[in-house]
Amino acid sequence: MTGVTAPAQGGAFPDGAPAGDGVLLRIDNLVKYYPVRVGVLIKREVAAVQAVDGVSLEIRRGETLGLVGETGSGKSTLARCVAGLHPVTSGRISFDGKDITNLSRRKMQPFRRDIQMIFQDPYGSLNPRRRVGSIIGEPFTVHKIASGDERKRRVQELMERVGLNPEHYNRFPAEFSGGQRQRIGVARALALRPKLIICDEPVSALDVSIQAQIINLLEDLQSEFGLTYLFIAHDLSVVRHVSDRVAVMYLGKIAEVGDRTDVYETARHPYTTALLSAAPAADPDEAAARQRIILVGDIPSPLDPPSGCRFHPRCPKAQQVCSKTEPALEVKPGDPETHRTACHFPVEPGENLARAAAALRAAAEPTLG
Amino acid sequence: MSLLEVTDLRVSFPTSDGLVQAVRGVSFRVERGQILGIVGESGSGKTVCTQTLLRLTPGADVSGSAMFDGVNLLTLSTDQMRHIRGAQIAAIFQDPLTSLHPLYRVGWQISEMVRAHDKSVTKAQAQRRVVDLLTQVGIPQAARRADDYPHQFSGGMRQRAMIAMALALNPKLIIADEPTTALDATVQAQILDLLVRLQREYDTAIIMITHDLGVIADLADDVMVMYAGRAAEYADRRTLFYRAHHPYTKGLLESIPGSTGARERLVPIAGQPPSLINVPSGCGFHPRCGYVMDRCIDETPPLITVAGEGDGHRSACFLPPRAVGLGADAEALRQEAVAVNRTGRASAIAEASAPAAPAKGNVA
Repeated sequence: MTGVTAPAQGGAFPDGAPAGDGVLLRIDNLVKYYPVRVGVLIKREVAAVQAVDGVSLEIRRGETLGLVGETGSGKSTLARCVAGLHPVTSGRISFDGKDITNLSRRKMQPFRRDIQMIFQDPYGSLNPRRRVGSIIGEPFTVHKIASGDERKRRVQELMERVGLNPEHYNRFPAEFSGGQRQRIGVARALALRPKLIICDEPVSALDVSIQAQIINLLEDLQSEFGLTYLFIAHDLSVVRHVSDRVAVMYLGKIAEVGDRTDVYETARHPYTTALLSAAPAADPDEAAARQRIILVGDIPSPLDPPSGCRFHPRCPKAQQVCSKTEPALEVKPGDPETHRTACHFPVEPGENLARAAAALRAAAEPTLG
Repeated sequence: MSLLEVTDLRVSFPTSDGLVQAVRGVSFRVERGQILGIVGESGSGKTVCTQTLLRLTPGADVSGSAMFDGVNLLTLSTDQMRHIRGAQIAAIFQDPLTSLHPLYRVGWQISEMVRAHDKSVTKAQAQRRVVDLLTQVGIPQAARRADDYPHQFSGGMRQRAMIAMALALNPKLIIADEPTTALDATVQAQILDLLVRLQREYDTAIIMITHDLGVIADLADDVMVMYAGRAAEYADRRTLFYRAHHPYTKGLLESIPGSTGARERLVPIAGQPPSLINVPSGCGFHPRCGYVMDRCIDETPPLITVAGEGDGHRSACFLPPRAVGLGADAEALRQEAVAVNRTGRASAIAEASAPAAPAKGNVA
């Protein structure tokens, strides 16, 4: 969002190289497999869902990193690993310079204050049988920070800050609309003054006019409290609006990462290009002028991902090497240091992928032509 | 004669909390081979409106008329309706998983529908038709996949199967209710592309219900914007996007993050969607409207032609008919009208709905 908050120490990061003090969260080669077991008594592991497979990312203080990807790309799994909700298979997560990978419950406790989450579904993420005051005030009790009148005062302050009427302290979630419920979720996440908030599709379930209210609220809170956001969404225009940097995930791996404008205006990975061209634009002339890249088929199963580059079976630019060698996530010639792409044949400026994609599609779906 | 002509449709549901007025007088027309988009937020009545046409709203009080190809859908017997539903008007719903029966094979479900409407079709003929349809909607190895159960299909494939089912009997009208909302962007692009291609090929009319203005910009011919059970604005696609008149339409357009990537602050519509039990008096949008005037509180604005636009562009708003679009001229016209026509009561409402400056409460 707006670069209001200067990093706590050190200056700017002119080249975006892994600057020591500026980084709040560092993820190194993170792997998360979910084993698939068969058998009743003696369980045999027969396969693994490779949800996240070797992801490295860093998030700097005060910035918003947008994470985009489709269903099955592993973006939510990644978020849950960072929040300590799922143990990781291998790799390292360090927060504020300390290793927090697979900490015990007790050791994780202090970090839970610093890392909070906002969930997608404002209906499913609030207990319908508890009053709003107790939902928002729960973190104060769990972390033994405030109780009684002091807790109530703090909760009402929070409610006011996120745009809820503090007098509604004793109401149930069912008495609020979707947008107001998402505000309750924001207040709860904010209660312990976290450093990092993971927003997992925070506006996807809301109506367009209400989406804008919540996005504005998140931006205001970021500049007021110096928050860092990991912002996960599938709506590309929302991600473009809120993010400083954007990472694109495909089938458990990072396909491309870079500054917002670099990724959106000069995308190098064919998947990013296809994703951007597929996003509907609320402008008839723009929609008519645009050449959509329609991909072949569906995202493959993470149980048995394709060899080499995981995007190769659907990629209009794929060649032999793509099915054999996995491309490294690296800076491509002509790109700034901050912009890295995992592709053997990155998209060149002005290159038209739509025609190649159509040809590939015609070959795969003969009846469609 | 239009394919479908809906006149003054009103639908309400008696509940223990009171009468839910879901649709409060909506009229529209769909021509053969045309795509009509209906946009609106949750609770705007867009879904109830079309489900009533299919007679899928049991227990509702319905009035008005819906002439489809010369017959009034709202007065048909259940049996007569059964011959129209599926055969002449097909529906595609948002969630393909709940629209397909989980315990029957996908192919069987489609062939069952073909045979239910035409008893003379043999099983083998129906089976051939199924494979043909599934191939047409782009399901690879259709003959084999027809024997799969719905859970073996991905989300995009299920929606393709639903489209195949909708096409099975060559309907004249397809009602697509948020057909791509549950799908990812690249899959959405595949499905919309497919719908448009099939629509052109068969000259089918489509009513496309969505909350996504991007989908509308892509494929609708005409668009109706609904708010609180009424049509707020009706126009062809380009007029709606570039020369919007109703403040609600304007609000919707302004709350979308710009596709050009500008970082400017979003302009949300203030407040919350209205309750359909206690619908606001006068114009349903007045409690959230930045241009509220005195008469908006008590008088219901009729859907009238906005001057200088031909009679295709209609809006239910008291602002000057010339105030169209997001430009400065139109804004000046609106402000001028508001300055003259807003006194006591309306000023209070306008103040309450004005975007509040962020409170500077210090938390913790």
